Amino acid sequence: MKKLIIAIALSFAAFMSASVLAAGPSVALDKANNDLSDKESLKKGFKTYINYCLGCHQLQYQRYNRTFSDLGIDEADGVANYMYSGDKVGGHILNSMPEKEAAKWFGSAPPDLTLEARLRSPDWIYTYLRSFYIDESRPFGVNNSTFKDVGMPHVLQDLQGVSTIDEHGKLSPAMGGTLTAEEYDVVVRDLTNFLEYVGEPNKLERKALGYWVLAFLFFFFIISYFLKKEYWKDVH
Amino acid sequence: MLVKLFQDFMGWIDKRLPVTDAWNKHLAQYPAPKNFNFWYFFGSLAMLVLVNQILTGIWLTMNYEPSGDGAFASIEYIMRDVDFGWLLRYMHSTGASAFFVVVYMHMMRGLMYGSYQKPRELLWIFGMLIFLVLMAEAFMGYLLPWGNMSYWGAQVIISLFGAVPIIGDDLTLWIRGDYVISGATLNRFFALHVIAMPLVLVILVFLHILALHEVGSNNPEGIDIKKPKGSVKPEELSKFTFHKQYSEKYDIVDAVPFHPYYSVKDIMGVAGFLFLFCWVMFFAPEGGGYFMEAPNFTPANGLKTPEHIAPVWYFGPFYTILRVVPDKLLGAVAMFGAIVMLFALPWFDRGTVKSVRYRSKLHLVNLIQFAICFVVLGALGTMPATPIANLIGVIASFGYFGFFIALWFYSKNENTKPVPERIAD
Repeated sequence: MKKLIIAIALSFAAFMSASVLAAGPSVALDKANNDLSDKESLKKGFKTYINYCLGCHQLQYQRYNRTFSDLGIDEADGVANYMYSGDKVGGHILNSMPEKEAAKWFGSAPPDLTLEARLRSPDWIYTYLRSFYIDESRPFGVNNSTFKDVGMPHVLQDLQGVSTIDEHGKLSPAMGGTLTAEEYDVVVRDLTNFLEYVGEPNKLERKALGYWVLAFLFFFFIISYFLKKEYWKDVH
Repeated sequence: MLVKLFQDFMGWIDKRLPVTDAWNKHLAQYPAPKNFNFWYFFGSLAMLVLVNQILTGIWLTMNYEPSGDGAFASIEYIMRDVDFGWLLRYMHSTGASAFFVVVYMHMMRGLMYGSYQKPRELLWIFGMLIFLVLMAEAFMGYLLPWGNMSYWGAQVIISLFGAVPIIGDDLTLWIRGDYVISGATLNRFFALHVIAMPLVLVILVFLHILALHEVGSNNPEGIDIKKPKGSVKPEELSKFTFHKQYSEKYDIVDAVPFHPYYSVKDIMGVAGFLFLFCWVMFFAPEGGGYFMEAPNFTPANGLKTPEHIAPVWYFGPFYTILRVVPDKLLGAVAMFGAIVMLFALPWFDRGTVKSVRYRSKLHLVNLIQFAICFVVLGALGTMPATPIANLIGVIASFGYFGFFIALWFYSKNENTKPVPERIAD
């Protein structure tokens, strides 16, 4: 048994050292610190998404009414304040941008963002939306230090204003937006929060159920342990 | 009254189908060594995971759409619109990884205690066939979500067959059913994943257990619990009743009936396993990006290669062996060779002492280095190929193959310890 433990420990050590070796370079991400249980934040994020993102980016796997009920939005209120497209309330969150033309306009069609938070992580979205800077060589006059040569304009520029980048890749504070830097971070955090929710609408339910299941299994294990002990009395 | 009714019913059945006899032969009167340890949980756990995969698979199939246009969206439909669809999907995806965890542990157990040695060669072969089919099953299943990693992972593996001389290109065409991986490939993989492979798997598991019960279970001491008839004093015989199939031919010592002793013990193992399983499933179903890879959250796109194509973790060891060999054909040969070596293990080991407990220090060291190399190869398989990773991969590959070669040399005249006649209490 002792040898076995040593063997496992050694393999684990080998595994760890191997993973350290292979850790490649990647863009440093800021922590989003968003909170999925904060419904006000989710609602604001939803609103921002509808106002600024949906024009180009669909949420083709997510339904309006599901979003309303998960976020605690009354359906009538939702239809009035979150749905501008005249879609059905049970329908998916779509836009009417023609994909082929969109590909011509932007170089590639704006991707669906339903699973963006799962594809790239919430921290990535949070960092990305705060990483635009002026770059006159790009078609829209902006570039992004998290997503190099990104094909989209800085849609939230009204809010954030414009940043500049120095030769070390460091962004200088934005100028000319309607929000302060702190306020802008909150807007982006809410939007990130919403996208994490959309990525997996069942996440909170999953975890809540998980605690009950683990609690049950814990007691089941204890009972099965004593059952086993009782039976094995005759053997020893 | 009710008991009488049941007895009459079973009597009626037993005259027509040996149900009670089979129950006794394989469970209630099957002699299992009394000293099974932690490592012996994984056989029954593998069975549990198999059942989990089949049941959740059936329900997933009810809502999954096997087509290039619909597959990805149908997974999200299952995740969002099907009642508890997310749970079924995570049970299935976590189950796939759990299957390999328990199977690798199960195989390691066999290595440590010499469970592949005579007379259990065929039992080992059946186990290896199960492993092989399981890999095919997992590989095909991974294409079904039709995510971008599904697509490119399949692309890499299928292209391996292109390394076969002369017929290579035609072979890959035949496998894909198209010039590129497409809906046609997805459909045939679906058919194989939900019907052909599971069917073969269940039959092989049946044969694996039948072969096990024919030769009997090994144990951590590697001491046979079946002694020649008449060689054991009556008072030393096991106090339990075993099926006449076993007790007529042998004197059975140090054994307990599988049921209820190991059935209750395995239930405990199941509880412990499910606790860990559910922990991952409910709180980290992506397994840190190893059970579900991030690029798979975007649909398959033949024009957009993921930055780093990595196989799922359980293929890691074999993928690394493939990758460290500079030539594609030789790499594929080495990869398949790694599995062939495992198949041939009963013949590489020329020793007669089974358990590592009574074998030489050299064997213990060899076994440990093998386990380390396997884990390192697995870890490297999920990482980008850098020169240093490649070097480590080469070393670990030598360790992997070296295990078998060294075993063949030293096992003939190995400096083993004396093996006791009986399993100590």
